[in-house]
Amino acid sequence: MATAAAHHTARVPADGPADEAARTAAYEAVFDAAVAADERIEPRDWMPDAYRSTLVRQIAQHAHSEIIGMQPEANWITRAPSLRRKAILMAKVQDEAGHGLYLYSAAETLGTGRDELLDKLHTGRQKYSSIFNYPTLTWADVGAIGWLVDGAAITNQVPLCRCSYGPYARAMVRICKEESFHQRQGYELLLVLSRGTPEQHEMAQDAVNRWWWPSLMMFGPPDDESSHSAQSMAWKIKRHSNDELRQRFVDICVPQAESLGLTLPDPDLMWNEERGQHDFGAIDWAEFWEVLKGNGPCNEQRITQRRRAHDEGAWVREAAAAYADKRADRTEHAVGHADEHSDGTADENGKARA
Amino acid sequence: MTPTVNTAAALALGDDALVLSHRLGEWAGHAPVLEEEVALANIALDLLGQARVLLSMAGDEDELAYLREERAFRNLQLVEQPNGDFAHTIARQLYFSTYQRLLYAQLASGDGDFAPLAAKAVKEVAYHQDHAEQWTLRLGDGTDVSHERMRQASEALWRFTGEMFQPIEGVDIDWDGMRAAWLDSVGSILRRATLPLPEGPQSGAWTAGAGRQGLHTEPFGRMLAEMQHLHRSHPGASW
Ligand SMILES: [Fe+2]
Ligand SMILES: [Fe+2]
Repeated sequence: MATAAAHHTARVPADGPADEAARTAAYEAVFDAAVAADERIEPRDWMPDAYRSTLVRQIAQHAHSEIIGMQPEANWITRAPSLRRKAILMAKVQDEAGHGLYLYSAAETLGTGRDELLDKLHTGRQKYSSIFNYPTLTWADVGAIGWLVDGAAITNQVPLCRCSYGPYARAMVRICKEESFHQRQGYELLLVLSRGTPEQHEMAQDAVNRWWWPSLMMFGPPDDESSHSAQSMAWKIKRHSNDELRQRFVDICVPQAESLGLTLPDPDLMWNEERGQHDFGAIDWAEFWEVLKGNGPCNEQRITQRRRAHDEGAWVREAAAAYADKRADRTEHAVGHADEHSDGTADENGKARA
Repeated sequence: MTPTVNTAAALALGDDALVLSHRLGEWAGHAPVLEEEVALANIALDLLGQARVLLSMAGDEDELAYLREERAFRNLQLVEQPNGDFAHTIARQLYFSTYQRLLYAQLASGDGDFAPLAAKAVKEVAYHQDHAEQWTLRLGDGTDVSHERMRQASEALWRFTGEMFQPIEGVDIDWDGMRAAWLDSVGSILRRATLPLPEGPQSGAWTAGAGRQGLHTEPFGRMLAEMQHLHRSHPGASW
């Protein structure tokens, strides 16, 4: 482990025990102590295999959600009703692509590359957030997604900025900043609709009616049915339970809905003085599991579009790789020659190569 | 109302940017690689920003974008052409960004109404041209398949390029020098990409200068129908 020891972030036990098992135990003790002390684990630090695979799974699912999540919103780019809204929406969808890039890079620091993860997405072996299996039927859905879906994502993700794994935590800091823009822009879009014509108000209410419950499901199954939670909490990958975060989200949304002049579609939603929180109605978990299994309104469509974009882009990626290889060869052969210009003065280079 | 010369020029330049931005926006969620989702959106956003400044010089940006009929648009036919495959999009980018770069470089060095916009836009457009150049090289000099696709695309869009050199009234630049500079730049990039310079005419009898006169190709009407539908469905509404 000489190279790891040389790296300033690499944690190694003070003295090297003789046999394999003892060495692993010593590494594990150092890892556990670092996590307990709220220190960041970095790529070259030793970490338990299960910690690594849990992180890869979670980061991949998060990355996949960012890129699949582009689809329902991109659905409205060409129909955005004003140029200002069009610019905001294009920038938002672009941000989500950027989030995908950061996250695939974070997963790469754990030794799993983007190609492998995309392949798992395309073959259904890894999931993305089920929320994106619902359709965007009207322009107001763009606002509802920003307000509720980005809002729920922020509630989920702000604690991840303190996640024990450094690259993931740092990616989340950048991402959360942008998500909070998205949330405010979505809220503002809905506000304009809500205060607009009766048809616009109706459009906004209809969108909130359709997106509210799926947004609550974004926090995952109730705590007693959540399979990965306990270990993730111990590793400080996760800091709050699904139900805690869901409750926090509901409490944030209720006053915002009021300011919007829109109703949340839950007759049981009311303030509970004793708890100091809102009570809310029962979530239809049967629907949640159905959508997760692939039976949501858009599962098929989303993954088909993703696969098609990937397959139809294969020749482009192959061309880029082939070109890079050729250039590398030429650079090798051209040692001693003046470098190639990229500014349109390269006629001679073309000849020299021929 | 007879528009002043600069209003007509603002529409011509603004419509180019608006329409191409829209076409590039259609790529969202369909790009061949994640980095291109970001890059194409970047270019689309730059163009949309330019369009908004230019259309606002001519009137209300949303009225102009959403309430004009097809025949009132003054953009080049080149920018309204459907995306096609990635090679077609790149060929369109190469031809248009080279044009826009030369145009804005000249406008930026003058002191006309467009100089402030051009000074900012020329930097953006330099990036657009670089992006198009890099991809033209990768596709042209990549694999046999990509070479063939890029060759077909550069030829298919060639006939829409002649229109770019029709002088726009109110845009005071050296139009003759423009054509030569464009050919030089595009020709050199295609050569380095191992692609032939297309040999067909740069414009047919019908297409010569047509877009600038409000004569467009069939796909443009459908593009506008999609773009304008929601806005027109709610007359007078704010968004
Ligand atoms: Fe995001
Ligand atoms: Fe977002």
